[in-house]
Amino acid sequence: MPPRASKRKSAPPNSSSVTSSDGRSVSNKAKTKGMDKIDRLFNTYANSSLGVIDPEGIEALCSDLGVDYTDVRILMLAWKLKAEKQGYFTQDEWQTGLKALGVDSLTKLKKALPELEKEVEEPSNYEDFYIYAFQYCLTEEKQKSVDIESICELLNLVLGVQFRPQVDSLVEYLKVQNDYKVINADQWINFLRFCKEISFPDLENYDATQAWPLILDNFVEWMREKQS
Amino acid sequence: MESKTIDFERGWDHVYKGIKQLRRILEGLPEPLFTSGEYVMLYSTVYNMCARNPPHNYSQQLYDKYREVLEEYITSTLSPSLRGKRDEFLLRELVKIWVNHKVMVRWLSRFFNYLDRYFVDYRSLPALNEVGMTCFTDLVYREVQTNIKDAAIVLIGKEREGDRIDCSLLKNVLDIFVAVGMGSMERYEDDFEADMLRDTGAYYSRKASSWIEEDSCPEYMLKCEECLKKERDRVFHYLRSSSEVKLIEKVQHELLVTYIDRLLEKEHSGCRALLRDDKADDLSRMYRLYCKIPRGLDPVADIFKQHVTAEGTALVQAIGAASNAPGVQEHVLLRKIIELHCKYMAYVTDCFQNHNLFCNALKDAFKVFCNNTGTDSSSAELLATFCDDILKKGGSEKLSDEAIEETLENAVKLLAYINDRDLFAEFYRKKLARRLLFDRSANDDHERSVLSKLKQQCGEQFTSKMEGMVTDITLSRENHAAFEDYLRSNSAAHPGIDLTVTILTTGFWPSYKPCNLNLPTEMIKCVEVFKGFYETKTKHKKLTWIYSLGTCNLSGMFDQKTIELVVSTHQAAVLMLFNTSDRLSYSEIMDQLNSTHEDLVRLLHSLSCAKYKILSKQPDTKTISRSDYFEFNSKFTNKLRRIKIPLPPVDEKKKIVEDVDKDRRYAIDAAIVRVMKTRKVLGYQQLVSECVEQLSQTFKPDIKAIKKQIEDLITREFLERDEENPNTFKYLA
Repeated sequence: MPPRASKRKSAPPNSSSVTSSDGRSVSNKAKTKGMDKIDRLFNTYANSSLGVIDPEGIEALCSDLGVDYTDVRILMLAWKLKAEKQGYFTQDEWQTGLKALGVDSLTKLKKALPELEKEVEEPSNYEDFYIYAFQYCLTEEKQKSVDIESICELLNLVLGVQFRPQVDSLVEYLKVQNDYKVINADQWINFLRFCKEISFPDLENYDATQAWPLILDNFVEWMREKQS
Repeated sequence: MESKTIDFERGWDHVYKGIKQLRRILEGLPEPLFTSGEYVMLYSTVYNMCARNPPHNYSQQLYDKYREVLEEYITSTLSPSLRGKRDEFLLRELVKIWVNHKVMVRWLSRFFNYLDRYFVDYRSLPALNEVGMTCFTDLVYREVQTNIKDAAIVLIGKEREGDRIDCSLLKNVLDIFVAVGMGSMERYEDDFEADMLRDTGAYYSRKASSWIEEDSCPEYMLKCEECLKKERDRVFHYLRSSSEVKLIEKVQHELLVTYIDRLLEKEHSGCRALLRDDKADDLSRMYRLYCKIPRGLDPVADIFKQHVTAEGTALVQAIGAASNAPGVQEHVLLRKIIELHCKYMAYVTDCFQNHNLFCNALKDAFKVFCNNTGTDSSSAELLATFCDDILKKGGSEKLSDEAIEETLENAVKLLAYINDRDLFAEFYRKKLARRLLFDRSANDDHERSVLSKLKQQCGEQFTSKMEGMVTDITLSRENHAAFEDYLRSNSAAHPGIDLTVTILTTGFWPSYKPCNLNLPTEMIKCVEVFKGFYETKTKHKKLTWIYSLGTCNLSGMFDQKTIELVVSTHQAAVLMLFNTSDRLSYSEIMDQLNSTHEDLVRLLHSLSCAKYKILSKQPDTKTISRSDYFEFNSKFTNKLRRIKIPLPPVDEKKKIVEDVDKDRRYAIDAAIVRVMKTRKVLGYQQLVSECVEQLSQTFKPDIKAIKKQIEDLITREFLERDEENPNTFKYLA
C-alpha cells in the first residue's frame, strides 16, 4: 500500500525540481509528511525519556489495536519490525517496520495484521519467524537458553495453530520431565523439524539413532510408553 | 673334408637304409646298434644334401621325407598294436609304443639334425621334435585319447576303492598327455584332468551322502582326513602337481563344504557336542580340515562363541541364584570365570592354533557375560575386590607365590572383557589406598607385579596414579627417618607421643573428605611439630590433614588390666574425651568433636555396640540414638593384651560411581572435540562411532551420554548443526 502522500496532485515522490516555500523539495516533503505520521504514531506510544516504545507503550498499542498483549500477532509485528529487545520498539525499528508494512496510521496497521499473518505463514518466512520467536525471548545478555515454562507458552503461541496435537503432547512432556530446565536454540529449531517431518501420533518414522536432540528421543520414548 | 653334391636318389637311399636298420632295432630284432662312424655317415649324407645351393639343395624334400617316414612307421607298426585293446592293456600298449616312438624320433632327429640347425628356422617351420610329436598326436593320440582317459580314470577309481594299481603305468600315461601338449598343459587339462575332476567329484559326492547319514561327526572327519591324504598321495605318485589344488578343492567341496551345516550341527556328535564333551582331538581335526577352506571356519567359530557365551551366562546365573554370603559368592564367581577363561583359552591356542576368528569369538563371548554379574556390584567392582582379597594380608588365599601370580595374571586378563575399565581403576585405586595406608598389603612384589601387568594391558596412563601411590609410601618411609633425626636434634619439640606421618601426593590418591574434627591437645601438638619439621624441608607445599585415615594406639587403663587398643584416629579422639569427663551425652560428644552425625554414629557404634564394648551406653540398645549417654567401661577386659577395634568403612561405592561418571563426561567431551577438530564437518553417526573408538580403551560410552555432550557443545558454541543437513555437525573454531 503506497503512502498517501503520493496521491497528492503535486509532483510524484521522485521528482525534486519544485521547491516549496520552506526550502525543502516537495518529494522530501511528501516523504517527510509520511514519515511524520509514522513518527507521530511512534511518539504516541513511546516513553519520552527513553526515546523508545516500552512494554507499557506496547500494551497500549495492543489495546488500541484490539489485540491481546500475548497474541501471536504482536510477535509477528515484532518480527516484521526486526525488534531486537523483547518488549521494546526503537524508532528505527518502528519506521522501517511500518514502512515495510506500508502503513502510517493505527487503522491501517490494524488492517495490515491479517496480511502480516499470511506473510509469516509463507514457507519461506515461517522458519525465520520461528527462530526469531526464540531469540526474542533471550532477554539477558549472553543468554543462550529459555526456561521450560516460557518455551511451553511459546510453542503454544507459535506452533499451536498448525501443529496442535504435537504441541499439546510436547508441552505435557516438557512439564513432567526433569532432565532439562532450559531449552537451547538447537533444540528449539528441532521441535519445528520434528513437527514437520515426523508422522504423528504414531511416530513411525522417528529414528533415535539419528542426530535428533536427546530431549526428543526421550519425548518419543515417553509417548511410546504411554501408548502401549 | 671334401663335400660334393649328391644326387637325391642316392643320398636318400643311404639314409633310408639307416632308417630300416633303426626300425629293426626298435622291433627288437638282433641288430647291432649304430656305431659312431655309421652315425657320422648318415649325418653327413643329410648335410651334403642340404648344405648346397639349389638345385642341389634337397632340404625341403628331406624335411618332407622325415615326416613321411615317421607317419609310415606309426601307421604300419605302432597304431595297429593298439587296436582291439582296452582298459589297462590299452594303457600298457600305449606306453610301449610311446617309448618306441620317442626313440625313433630321437634317432631320426639325430640323422636329420642339420635340418634343425638352419632350414627349420629359415623357413619358420616346426622343429623335427615337434614334427615327431605332431605325427604321434595326429595318428595315435587323437584316436585313443578318450579311451585312455577313461581307462586311467577307471584305474584311479579302483585305487580309491582300495585296489592296488600300477602307479608307474598311470604316471607314464599321464606323461603322454603332458607331452602331447607340447609345452602347454592344455591337453593334460582338457583331455584328462577335467573329466578326472568331475569323476572325483561324483565319487566323493556319493560317499559323502552316505557317510553323512551313518557316521558321527568325528568319524566323518576322520574319513575326510584320510581321503585328503590319499588324494595328496595320488598327486605325488602319478598325477601332475598342478592338479593338486584343483583336486583338493573338489574333494573338500564335496566332503566338507556341501555338508558343513549337517556335520557341525549333528546332534550328539557335532561341534557343540564336541565342545561340551571336551573332545580336543576332534576339534583340532575340525580346525585342520576347515582352515584351508575360505570362510570354512566361520560357522565353527560361531558355534564356539555361542557355546562359551552359554557356559559363561549359565555360570553367572547359577552363582547369582546360590545364596552364599555376599562377598564369598562374588569371589567364587570370579574364580569360576577365570577357570572358564583358562579352559577355553587352551582351546583357542591348542585346537584352533590361535586363529584370529577364535580369539575374537572368545573375546566377544566373554564380553557378553562378564559385564552382567546379576548382583548389585558391577563386574568392575567385583574384579577389584577379587584382586584386593588376594593382595591383602590374611586374604582368603593361602596359596604359593606362583599360584598367586597366576591368579593375578588371569584376573588382569579378564579386564580386557569388562566395559567399565575406568570404574575398575577407581575401585582398585581406593582399595590399594586402604592396603597401603593401613599396612594391609601382603606382599610388595605382588603389588608391583599387578601394576606392571595392568600397565601392559591398559597402557601407562591407567596405572600412573597407582604407581605414584606406591612411590609415596616408599618416600614417606624415607621421610620418616628424616623426621626422627629432626626430633632427636630438637628434643624440646618432641610431642611426647610416637608419631608417624605418611605424606600423600594429592593427584595420585583418591580424594578424601577433609574433616574438621577437634583433636585432643596431645594430637594437636603432634601435628604442629610435624608441620615445623615439614617447613624445614619445603616451603612450597601445603599439607592437608586427613585424620580419617590415621590409626592410633591407646592404652586402655581398665580395672583388671591395661589393654592396648588399636583404633582409628577418630575413634581415639572420642575415647580421649573420657579422660576428662566420666559421662558424656551424645550431644556433648558431638559439640566437643565437631563431627557429622553420620560419622559420629558410626564411631560410637564401633566403640559401644560392637564386639568390644570399650564404652558403655545408656540405654544399652543395639543402635546409637541422639539421646544416649556414654561412659568409659572400666569393667572391660579381654584375654588378649592388644586388640584392634575395627571401624567399618563407609560404603564409597556410590561416590566412586559418581566420580567415574563425571570423569566420563569430560572424557566424552574431549573426545568429541578432538574428533571434530580434525574432521571439521562430520555426520552424526560417524561422530558417535569415532568417539566410541577413541574411548574404547577405557570404557564403553553410553550413546545417550555422547548425544548429551554434543548438545552441550552446541550450547557452548563449539559445534553447530549444518543448516542443509540436520544430521551433520560442523566444528566452530
